[in-house]
Amino acid sequence: MAEVLVLVDSANGTLKKSALELLTAARSLGEPSAVVIGAPGTAAPLQEKLAEYGAAKVYIAESEEIEQYLVAPKAEVLAQIARQANPVAILVASTAENKEVAARTAFKIDSGFLADAVDISSEGKTTQSIFGGAVTVTSKVARGVPVISLRANSVAPEASAGAAEEVSVDVVLSDGAKSAKVLERVQEAKGSRPSLQDASVIVSGGRGVGSAENFSVVENVADAIGAAVGASRAATDAGWVPHQMQVGQTGVTVSPQLYIALGISGAIQHRAGMQTSKTIVAVNKDPEAPIFELADFGVVGDLFTVAPQLAEEVTKRKG
Amino acid sequence: MNIVVLMKQVPDTYAERKLQAGDNTLDRDASDAVINEIDEYAIEEGLLLKEAHGGEVTILTMGPDRATESIRKALSMGADKGVHVLDDALHGSCAITTAKVLAKALGTVEYDLVIAGSEATDSRLSIVPALVSEALGVAQLSGARKVTVDGSTVTIERTTDTGFDRVEGAVPAVVSVVEKINEPRYPSFKGIMAAKSKPVTTLSLSDLGLSPDEVGLVASTTTVESYEEAPPRAAGTIVKDEGNGGAAIAEYLASRKLI
Ligand SMILES: Cc1cc2nc3c(=O)[nH]c(=O)nc-3n(C[C@H](O)[C@H](O)[C@H](O)COP(=O)(O)OP(=O)(O)OC[C@H]3O[C@@H](n4cnc5c(N)ncnc54)[C@H](O)[C@@H]3O)c2cc1C
Ligand SMILES: Nc1ncnc2c1ncn2[C@@H]1O[C@H](COP(=O)(O)O)[C@@H](O)[C@H]1O
Repeated sequence: MAEVLVLVDSANGTLKKSALELLTAARSLGEPSAVVIGAPGTAAPLQEKLAEYGAAKVYIAESEEIEQYLVAPKAEVLAQIARQANPVAILVASTAENKEVAARTAFKIDSGFLADAVDISSEGKTTQSIFGGAVTVTSKVARGVPVISLRANSVAPEASAGAAEEVSVDVVLSDGAKSAKVLERVQEAKGSRPSLQDASVIVSGGRGVGSAENFSVVENVADAIGAAVGASRAATDAGWVPHQMQVGQTGVTVSPQLYIALGISGAIQHRAGMQTSKTIVAVNKDPEAPIFELADFGVVGDLFTVAPQLAEEVTKRKG
Repeated sequence: MNIVVLMKQVPDTYAERKLQAGDNTLDRDASDAVINEIDEYAIEEGLLLKEAHGGEVTILTMGPDRATESIRKALSMGADKGVHVLDDALHGSCAITTAKVLAKALGTVEYDLVIAGSEATDSRLSIVPALVSEALGVAQLSGARKVTVDGSTVTIERTTDTGFDRVEGAVPAVVSVVEKINEPRYPSFKGIMAAKSKPVTTLSLSDLGLSPDEVGLVASTTTVESYEEAPPRAAGTIVKDEGNGGAAIAEYLASRKLI
């Protein structure tokens, strides 16, 4: 059966939810082969889950060097595996880094890259939502293998047993792949909340939240629902929350089941990152705020009274 | 330190954007055209580095005739010269082809550093800078919120999922920047006057040694088969908080089985 390469992301020995979504999507195209690229020891803890979600093979490309350089090594390894495996498609999750890896891979194997798919057909055609959701397009590659990045939350992960046969890949990086050296990876404090990329519910706060301390109002709603916390640029620039929480054009692009915007006006650059959320709820004291144009449900009011009540009510309903 | 800034002209995001029937490509005449917003940050970063290290800033753009207006604007901010890759055959080029053409055009200028924006508001791909590094075989330093240059070493800081990375590469390198990096200047009156006499070189495909069948729609690695305007979002329910706004949201979420 035709092979589909799936680049799987993991952190601290756990597969990202996106990996399960990709493996599920891959099954409609052929037989999924997971590709694990990382430092030695990355693949072993993922094996069981990869089998559970239908990986027939697991290509293991491990080397100390891979994580020491930006993007290029992963593209080189993925292209190398693609040349050997001759897959019918290559799937990655739509993160900033993966899109660069996928694009460079497509370049190397003379194929096309279809970015930010929200759906993939069994022939490897994609559906994309562009211009902030105003237009839907269907695209395909004109030559080579479709290299596709899939938006998070586009497919519901479903388990389906696979053999997960291990195939180890020799990693020999060219000098060119070692041109952007990572000097330091600085870890910033991170709580136990779901990450923005994976979250199916996101609660974001903007300038209306007013201060770092007040962000607890946003976090309390997020914790009550089990959501990730996001922010507008106004909130990240003010230093109330770290940069990686920024949702929008230059932050993270998300499309969760539910997006709750608290004290966010809905500037075009913010909308660019959350507009395709399935359900949007907004709280803003200005009835003219553009965010209300997108909102499925909006409350014109003070977030400092509405949000705590919402958190309390959600907790109560959970009983 | 000679710098080339990759600048794209895009339809104004505040206007309605359309695809055109026939070849399903972006209708670039349907709306006002502006410098891709993040590219203004790329231009600013180029100017700041030039102020610190000397050298020249060249604006490189591939785009239709009217992209000249955007090049002039960049020159009025303080860039020294422009290179405009202009050829009807380029219409409909995919990102990979665009990167190949930009890489060819880079072969006609002297540079130590290429600076790009992190994302164009029309394509929203965020891949052209990575592809240009691939095509040139030089370091890719993408998503920079800070850039420092020391001799022939470029170091950037970039936000990651869990914090930030510091990444280093040797020149020549391709850097892409995000909006955290600086605050773009406005062109001054003097700058606008000076821009009028700054050189802009127009390059056709044959100037780059490329043939029409290597670019444009015919060579595109991807094809848009069809498109459809999505139905407008159904108007939502907006209520005024009368003391039970939070409860109303919870009720709404429960009715949609979202909690
Ligand atoms: C190149 C570029 C890239 C950008 N990228 C991004 C990006 O990725 N993400 C992003 O978010 N922005 C981005 N921006 C910035 C964007 O243009 C806006 O400035 C930003 O989104 C505004 O954030 P905000 O909505 O929190 O603040 P504001 O626009 O100031 O809105 C605050 C809102 O809070 C409301 N409010 C105040 N107090 C209360 C209260 N007590 N209760 C309820 N409501 C209250 C106000 O009515 C107002 O509507 C970018 C800008 C540029 C130029
Ligand atoms: N046609 C073009 N001409 C010049 N620069 C471009 C062009 N297309 C893309 N770029 C550069 O690449 C960046 C990212 O574009 P994209 O990958 O299309 O989102 C932009 O911010 C520009 O700096």
